Amino acid sequence: MGILEVKGINKRFGGLQALGDVNLSVEENTVHAIIGPNGAGKSTLLNVLVGKLIPDSGSVMFDGQSVLGRKPHEINQMGISRVFQTPEIFTDLTVFENVMIPCFAKRDGAFRMHAIESITSEKGIRAQAEEMLADVNMLEKRDMLTSSLSRGDKRRLEMAMCLVQDPKLLLLDEPTAGMARADTENTINLLKEIRTKRGITMAIIEHDMNVVFSLAERITVLAQGTPLVEDIPENIKGHPKVREAYLGEAQV
Amino acid sequence: MLGLEKKDFRLLLVVIGLTLFAPIILNPFPAGSEMAQFNAGYPDLMQRFVIFGIFAIGFNILFGLTGYLSFGHAAFLGVGSYSAVWMFKLLSMNVLPAIILSVIIAGLFSLLIGFISLRRSGIYFSILTLAFAQMSFALAYSVLTPITGGETGLQLALDDPRILGASQTASGNIPVPSLFGLEMRASYEMAVGAWSFTFNAGYYLAAVILVLAFYLAIRIFRSPFGMMLRAIKSNQTRMSYTGLNARPYTLAAFVISGMYAGLAGGLMASMDPLAGAERMQWTASGEVVLMTILGGAGTLIGPVLGAGMIKYFENIFSKINSQVLHDWFGFLPDGLEDFVVTLIYPFVGKGWHLTLGIVFMLVVIFLPGGLVQGGQKIAAAMRRRKKTDDANPGATKPAE
Repeated sequence: MGILEVKGINKRFGGLQALGDVNLSVEENTVHAIIGPNGAGKSTLLNVLVGKLIPDSGSVMFDGQSVLGRKPHEINQMGISRVFQTPEIFTDLTVFENVMIPCFAKRDGAFRMHAIESITSEKGIRAQAEEMLADVNMLEKRDMLTSSLSRGDKRRLEMAMCLVQDPKLLLLDEPTAGMARADTENTINLLKEIRTKRGITMAIIEHDMNVVFSLAERITVLAQGTPLVEDIPENIKGHPKVREAYLGEAQV
Repeated sequence: MLGLEKKDFRLLLVVIGLTLFAPIILNPFPAGSEMAQFNAGYPDLMQRFVIFGIFAIGFNILFGLTGYLSFGHAAFLGVGSYSAVWMFKLLSMNVLPAIILSVIIAGLFSLLIGFISLRRSGIYFSILTLAFAQMSFALAYSVLTPITGGETGLQLALDDPRILGASQTASGNIPVPSLFGLEMRASYEMAVGAWSFTFNAGYYLAAVILVLAFYLAIRIFRSPFGMMLRAIKSNQTRMSYTGLNARPYTLAAFVISGMYAGLAGGLMASMDPLAGAERMQWTASGEVVLMTILGGAGTLIGPVLGAGMIKYFENIFSKINSQVLHDWFGFLPDGLEDFVVTLIYPFVGKGWHLTLGIVFMLVVIFLPGGLVQGGQKIAAAMRRRKKTDDANPGATKPAE
């Protein structure tokens, strides 16, 4: 039984079957990659997992509880954090504030009226945020506004914001999309470091095969909304069905 | 100090100083002099400065922090005024229960309107609040006449029941609002040479409340709650994927700002015990938006400055008529004098809106951070100049 169990998910957009009978099981303490050609339904699946889309049928169980019908913030409180294709961070706030916010969310839940206390008196939260920033080598940038950060730093910050919540599952939506080679390498290293240091379960959607094969411990291949195969990376590389799916796309 | 950072505490002290000495600061011209009409230090106007300051401080907690632009906040001010007048009619002429009730009623009213309006964001939220405020205005003006007094407004009468207090004074007049016997209109005139300063009880009550309201706003700005509100303005997607529910945060901000508006409305009625529907009209809601943006949305002191500036324009700048202009430019040759006066006239007196509009446009285009940003730029420029002077002290000396 995996920490995330997806069973028989169907989702139609008008005449398009975006997801057809998707089953997926993410084991605890693994990096599970979901790959597939454009339009395979990877993003749709991810949006179902985080509560942004509600599927037409099927079930999604996380850590023994159903995810369906819950709002994104409720699903996050259950222990699923998400990293976006373009980093979603709080742009008018400082780096330090950006990391403090998830700390508050973790400690106080979805809402708490702490309107009179001063932020400066929150010693525990501050220490936690500082430690996290030190972990991703951004401590010296703590008072910068995040709008002035480089793309790579924004990505690191977003990871830090997710990690500081100590999620049970980290979802990554094409974390290296549109990145230069050096940035991609940095991101891979950062993810590997997170993996070895914290042992966090990750589900990663990715286009770049280099990224996939250097990180993933299990791979699911999606094509036209249906899982083709699920296996360890070594077996995926030469799998005829996978080649067909990708080559089929190349021919179009 | 008082749980504030040094910088914020200094700002609070500045506000306390300004409000304390406002009757003196705002009366720079000797009484009886030609310029005396530009003195703003009379009770009625000073009360308006601080009351609208409170209104704008509260509005800024919603708009400045969360970015939700409400076009209906005057409704809460109006509700506060009505509540206060009813308290005067039914309970007592003491302003304290009246002000407390106006805050509570405005809070409940804003909870209702906020709950519905906050289902949407952006322009749709603004339109919803506008619609609610106009609805309240229309109701107050017509259907709810028994409660609001309709067109004439809600006034005190000689036969008000007033449980704790008399319906009439011994001389058969309507009693005036007071704080445990201290009448709000009580004033003490002080003459210093040619100058005369008026210290008014009502003004000082409002000023004390302004200082408290300002202090509370600082605490909210510097709290985790305030940070969450700024996070909502910045990125709602990240907010929800961080496990935070934006709705209760925005609703809390909405209700707090509604209560500030109710407080302002209650104070307004305490200074002058009547309430009219026009206080709820959309122009009144728009005014507080202007005040906040003019002074600097999201800054602490900005809304107070904006409120002061707009009220000064409305009451003082509007007094400059053609006679005053002719007096000023009398030293010019006749033809030129007329020409200059004709040129300036549309911008002053009744045309004060025009000047205010131009100032507003300039601020929005060149100083998106409002007057506060202007002040910061000047301060930064002065610091820079001082630094270069320090760096090469001989530079300004003439060569020998």
